[in-house]
Amino acid sequence: MERSLTQIALFAALIAALGLIPQLTLAFGVPVTAQSLGIMLCGTVLGAKRGGLAALLFVGLVAIGLPLLAGGRGGLGLFASPTAGFLIGFPVAAFATGWVTERLSGMGVAWAAGIAALIGGVVVLYAFGVTGMSLVLGKTWLEAALLMTAFIPGDVIKAVLAALVTAALYRARPASVASRA
Amino acid sequence: MISLTSPVKTRAHGWPAGAKVAALCAASVALFAASALWMQAAVGIGVMVLYALPGRIFLRHGMQRLWPLWPFIVLVLVWHVVTGAPADGAMIALRMLNAVALANLVTMTTTLDGMMGVVRWLLTPLRALGLNLRAVELAVALVIRFTPVLAAKGRMLALAWRARARRRAGWRVIVPFMVLALDDADHVAEALRARGGL
Repeated sequence: MERSLTQIALFAALIAALGLIPQLTLAFGVPVTAQSLGIMLCGTVLGAKRGGLAALLFVGLVAIGLPLLAGGRGGLGLFASPTAGFLIGFPVAAFATGWVTERLSGMGVAWAAGIAALIGGVVVLYAFGVTGMSLVLGKTWLEAALLMTAFIPGDVIKAVLAALVTAALYRARPASVASRA
Repeated sequence: MISLTSPVKTRAHGWPAGAKVAALCAASVALFAASALWMQAAVGIGVMVLYALPGRIFLRHGMQRLWPLWPFIVLVLVWHVVTGAPADGAMIALRMLNAVALANLVTMTTTLDGMMGVVRWLLTPLRALGLNLRAVELAVALVIRFTPVLAAKGRMLALAWRARARRRAGWRVIVPFMVLALDDADHVAEALRARGGL
C-alpha cells in the first residue's frame, strides 16, 4: 500500500521533473518536451492502475495551480485552452498504455512497451487532444486532426524511446517494472 | 515550490474557492453557448477590466499567462479569413481567450490551500467507495516535495553526462533517472511504514 502510493507520487513528480530539465533533448532534435514520454513510461513501468493514477495526480496538481507543465505552466486556464484535450487525456493514455502492456506479457518487454505506448500515448492521447481542439477552436474533428499531424512523428519517436527505456529499466531492475510482475 | 497564485492581493483572494470554481464552470458553459461576436467582445472587455483593476503588476502577470495562446489565435484568424468568414474566426478566438482568461483569474486569486479544499470536498463522496483521503493528501505533498528533488537529480545526471560526452544528454539519461525515482519511492515507502504507515 505504502509502496504503491509512493510510486504513484514519485512518478507524478517524475513527469513534472521531465518538463523542468531543459538540458534533455530527445533523439533527432525533437524540440518537444519529454512530458508525454513520462506519461507513456507511467503506463509501461507502473502498469494500468498505478500509471493512470500517477498521471491523474499530475493533472490534478496542474489544475489546482501548480506550475508543473513544461515552461512552468499550470492552472485552470489550461483546461479551457486548445490543448486541454491532451491534458485531460493524460490519465486515460497512461492507463491504456499500462493496460496494453499488461495484456502483451507474452511478448518481449521492448515490443510490448512500444506497442502499448503507441496505442496509449499516441492513439488514445490524440483522440482526446483532437476532440478538445475541435471543440475549443470550432473546427470539425478531421480539420483539428489535420492541424495536429505535424506533431505525430515526434510522439511516435517518443513511443520508441519509451520502449527502449522500459527495456533498459527491465534489464537493470526487473522487479521494478510492475507491469511485468 | 511556488504556486501560480498572484502575490498581488486582490479582493477576490478572500472569496471562497468553491464559489469561484463553481462560478467559473457556469461562466465557461455560458461562454460556449454565446455564439454572437458582440457578446464575446463585451465579455472580453469585462475580463480585461477585471485584470486591470488590481494594478499593473497583476495585469502584466495575467497577460504573460495568456501569451502562449497567440499561435492558436493567429491560426484561427488566418483560417477564417481564408475560408471567408472572418467574423466567425474573431468570435472563436475571443471565446477561447475569454474562457482561458477567466479560468486564469480563478487560479491567480486562489491559494493552493483553497484549491485543495475544493478537491477534498469533491472527493468526499468517493470515500464511500473506499478512497483514503489522507493517502491522497499525502501523495499531493509528496509530489510537491519531490518534484524539485527529482529535477535537481536529473540536472546532476545531465551534467555528469556532459562531463564525459561531447554532446548533450540524450534520452539514455532517462533510464538512471527512473531508477533513482523508483529507489526514492522504495525508501519513502519504508520510511512511511516505519512511522506507522497510512
